[in-house]
Amino acid sequence: MEGDIANLGQFLGAGLAAMGSGIAALGVGNVAGNFLAGALRNPSAANSQTATLFIGIAFAEALGIFSFLVALLLMFAV
Amino acid sequence: MAEPSAEGGLSFHPMDQFMIKPLFGEYGDPVSWYTVTNLTLWMGLAVVCVAGLFVFATRGRAIIPDRGQSVAELAYGFVYKMVEDVTGKDAVKYFPYIFTLFLFILFANFLALIPSSFSPTSHIGVTAVLAFAVFFAVTILGFVKNGASFLGLFWVTSAPLAIRPVLAVIELISYFVRPVSHSIRLAGNLTAGHAVLKVFAGFAQVAAISPFAILGVAAIYGLEVLVGFIQAYVFTILTCVYLKDALHPNH
Repeated sequence: MEGDIANLGQFLGAGLAAMGSGIAALGVGNVAGNFLAGALRNPSAANSQTATLFIGIAFAEALGIFSFLVALLLMFAV
Repeated sequence: MAEPSAEGGLSFHPMDQFMIKPLFGEYGDPVSWYTVTNLTLWMGLAVVCVAGLFVFATRGRAIIPDRGQSVAELAYGFVYKMVEDVTGKDAVKYFPYIFTLFLFILFANFLALIPSSFSPTSHIGVTAVLAFAVFFAVTILGFVKNGASFLGLFWVTSAPLAIRPVLAVIELISYFVRPVSHSIRLAGNLTAGHAVLKVFAGFAQVAAISPFAILGVAAIYGLEVLVGFIQAYVFTILTCVYLKDALHPNH
């Protein structure tokens, strides 16, 4: 078991931060699933709401990207 | 960046593809503001492709468009409708800027999918310039168009008076986080996608799983085509949303 405690923390932190990406996937799935549920009930309104869908997905995904960024910073920049 | 390793296979680091190096020289050579790097080359190629599509392909101005002109008209109509729907009819005069952003990001994303090419939009430096340009343009435009009443964006009149100061702080923070999330979303998605491609390519050096690795690379490549388009779309539509806030802050 060679290596120092800082490396250990770095890798553990990167792994923990990567969990955030997976949790953001839940959010994106939630947005898309709810959109589909609504769209199948009222298909005529679906087309006008695709922009809202993508904005929602973008906001949900941004936070996952932040955690991915933290993981990248820990791995390559710290 | 693939180099023969000691075991005889190929070894490369998934992040090697994002290295900026001078076009005429080695990695590590000094880079000044005027140095032509691979980043400059691929951004220039994106601009050349956009110009080629919109200057030369539409040169005929045919009533019945040929292939190139159809693509150009499709892209034009797509973004025009987006600006009209999201921002409103009065924002159509800002359409050229939004369309330029969309085309540059779209072509940079798609050119980055050429094997062994370089993806400019995976660099936070490139996307931060795009996002901060949008941020400053929108903020200045908001103050020029609305004067001090632009600050009404942060004073949510539909909420009870007691919690308005709290909401104002939250709104202010979320306003200033916008350029950060706007740029990191694009750069992060592209970086993640291209790194995953290289990681799957790295699996191919283990003979037992190499067929699956190649199938995986093909599948992720398809996903990346989708991501490249969706991220250009998302960047553009968020620009439209921010522009709408600047033009009509009291909603």
